[in-house]
Amino acid sequence: MNELVPVVEMTDIAIGFPGVKALDDVSFRLFQGEVHALMGENGAGKSTLIKALTGVYTIDSGRITVLGQQKNFSTPAESQAAGISTVYQEVNLCTNLTVEENVMLGREPRRRGSIDWRAVRARTREVLAQLHLEHVEPGSLLSEHSIAVQQLIAIARSVEVNAKVLILDEPTSSLDADEVSQLFRVIRDLRDRGVAILFVSHFLEQVYELSDRMTVLRNGKLVGEYMTRDLSRMNLISKMIGKDLEVLEELDQASTRSQARLAANAQPFLETAGLGRKGSVSNVNLSIYPGEVVGLAGLLGAGRTETARLLFGADKADEGSIKIKGEPLKMRSPRTAIDHGIGFCSEDRKEEGLIGDLTVRDNLVLAMQATKGWARRIPRRVQDELVAEFIEALDIRPANPDALIRNLSGGNQQKVLLARWMVTSPDLLILDEPTRGIDIGAKTQIQKLVNRLASEGMSIVFISSELEEVLRLSDRIAIIKDRAMVADISNDDVSVEDVLTVIAGGA
Amino acid sequence: MSPLSTVAPPTVKKTSSVGSRLRGGARYAPTLATLVLFILMFVVGAGMYPSFLSGQVLLNLFIDNTFLIVLAVGMTFVIITGGIDLSVGAVVALSMMVTATMLQNGWNPAMVILAVLVIGGGLGLLMGMVIQYFDIQPFIVTLAGMFLARGLCYVISLDSISVTDPFFTSMAQARIPLSEELFISPGVLIALVVVGLAFFILHHTRFGRTVYAIGGNENSAMLMGLAVKSTKILVYCVSGLCSAIAGILFSFYSLSGYSLAAQGMELDAIAAVVIGGTLLTGGVGYVLGSVVGVLVLGIVQTFIAYDGTLSSWWTKIVIGGLLLVFILLQRLFTRRTA
Repeated sequence: MNELVPVVEMTDIAIGFPGVKALDDVSFRLFQGEVHALMGENGAGKSTLIKALTGVYTIDSGRITVLGQQKNFSTPAESQAAGISTVYQEVNLCTNLTVEENVMLGREPRRRGSIDWRAVRARTREVLAQLHLEHVEPGSLLSEHSIAVQQLIAIARSVEVNAKVLILDEPTSSLDADEVSQLFRVIRDLRDRGVAILFVSHFLEQVYELSDRMTVLRNGKLVGEYMTRDLSRMNLISKMIGKDLEVLEELDQASTRSQARLAANAQPFLETAGLGRKGSVSNVNLSIYPGEVVGLAGLLGAGRTETARLLFGADKADEGSIKIKGEPLKMRSPRTAIDHGIGFCSEDRKEEGLIGDLTVRDNLVLAMQATKGWARRIPRRVQDELVAEFIEALDIRPANPDALIRNLSGGNQQKVLLARWMVTSPDLLILDEPTRGIDIGAKTQIQKLVNRLASEGMSIVFISSELEEVLRLSDRIAIIKDRAMVADISNDDVSVEDVLTVIAGGA
Repeated sequence: MSPLSTVAPPTVKKTSSVGSRLRGGARYAPTLATLVLFILMFVVGAGMYPSFLSGQVLLNLFIDNTFLIVLAVGMTFVIITGGIDLSVGAVVALSMMVTATMLQNGWNPAMVILAVLVIGGGLGLLMGMVIQYFDIQPFIVTLAGMFLARGLCYVISLDSISVTDPFFTSMAQARIPLSEELFISPGVLIALVVVGLAFFILHHTRFGRTVYAIGGNENSAMLMGLAVKSTKILVYCVSGLCSAIAGILFSFYSLSGYSLAAQGMELDAIAAVVIGGTLLTGGVGYVLGSVVGVLVLGIVQTFIAYDGTLSSWWTKIVIGGLLLVFILLQRLFTRRTA
């Protein structure tokens, strides 16, 4: 490895947004001819670091040097002029223009003040040929091409400027296996030509396949820089989530709930076979029995929420099938799911779940009113009884049905959201991160509630980033990794380490 | 290969399917539809009224709409970036008022024209800067600009001021013969020069291509390192300049300045641009399409004049109908390519 001067050196970088320290004294080095993976969970600061390097964000403090020269980027153009090119997850090209324009835009060769279109085309062909894209017609519209080809065209744009540094932010998230291998071939080609490549991906396997070195971030702080071959998958995960394996082990208390009641139920409430959606998550095979808690485990961004959205019909599956009580069902929309007794508590309770400017009462009644149809209003007396009942049962504070939701604490908001679905007594309730960001007391209450609902016969899909919580509550655990379901294990004496081993791919 | 061919769909495609070739051509569909419609109306007109079928009727479409052609050109720039400029009609009126007043006070016509161009371009620049730096909807900013310009007209004079300057009257009366029977006005030449210049700028300069890129995806354009900010400001300046030129052309045509002139002309310009195949969402459009759009509006008017029994308000109804059809066509088209 070339240990001379790094192409890019970022030292003690700090970036803050109102109320958040997005990056806190993070340092980062990138060498010529290497693929360097930037690792961390969602919100660890990967995107912020990249945006600091590409001039989208200005740094509050710290130093960026490129090829030994100190740089102070304040626009993307400045960063690009320094030889840094970026290909973003959502391809940042203009689909209304042709391939050649997208490759050359802003740098078109000119002759006597006019763009020399013939030279543009010739140069584009040259660059495309370098990336084995001879079959792409430079004059065709970008929108005619698949996302994978568009991504390669975005890379072509950076090859055109002889970029010293190529940043790839989640380039593979919407590609299929063949497209990924084509992309990797191009990346390796570029690396061998001496380009320094910064690679960000949620797919652990891809990171191990491609990268030479990695930098791990957590909560906006630097965890460390490692050679990929020296860091096992298990170690990487524990560095990303920030807990030693031994500590994780101690927290784990295997589910104590009896499995016996499951035996009596031959018929699963919901079954899926090969359920998936391109670019979202694939191979979801679940059987959820009445009274069973199924935990979805996986790293943040592995595809847990995506799975939940498929089950609820919020995203339409384009492969596989769903059966409810043995009957095949086309899950067209959340409406269909609700009609068949499925409820979904969103991860983002502010944006997708609660209506902050309505009262506790209104929010509680909302879901029930929806199932009854808008024409038949629920009488006020019935509303009052129900609301009082749930406020007491769930210990919602303040115990005032007319309090505005946005004034409640996170934990109490979550309880209202739960209550809202309980009112409609669904057969299956999907809970996406129900305990995130709420205090420990409310957390325990919600965990108890999940247990109680299950013992009353409700099926529950439980999603949480806290593995120990998933293990404590679930009867079965489905493990999601790299946007596909990879395992379905019965939770008898499963340890955190067992789950992590599966996530790490048995390394 | 001619430079034009880069904006035309490639003639030979080795790999793409018939389907994608059709889709590639689909971006011209609205403009071509307008052209076909225009020819059709001309043919129908010729069938109904024998005198319709004369070159001069066609040329008159240009002569009577020089100012609208120039306005539509400026509007095309703005709409391709995904913006809108509602101020153009009022800026036309302001330009006419300034022209008439300055000439009345004995200014040299060349100085007058220069002043009008500076005012129009300056107003556009100002609106562009407000839109860009304060991140305000172009709709609101140019609406404010419209009120400002219209208000300034009333400040200058409430009454109509006639233009008696010899240069202006000669421009109004001049006829440039094309053959023994056919002629155009100097205004048509000026308008065509503006169209040609705009075509060159849009298709053969980086500024022009940036205009398209912004309309396609502003964020992408910014991340590609293009000069998004200055381009966005400049399109409003271009539109302002075009409004000023249109104001001068209108003065040549009407030989007066009047505060209430060009009421609603911004809407005619927008209609022409949209009928000419430019997407209101930005990213797709052609100045030549906008010219055809103006001609379609003009021919509708000619039709109604020839008919003689219909009130001239029918023009508005027909234009409204056409506009709706074209918006629906665009919706269909964008949905297919989305």
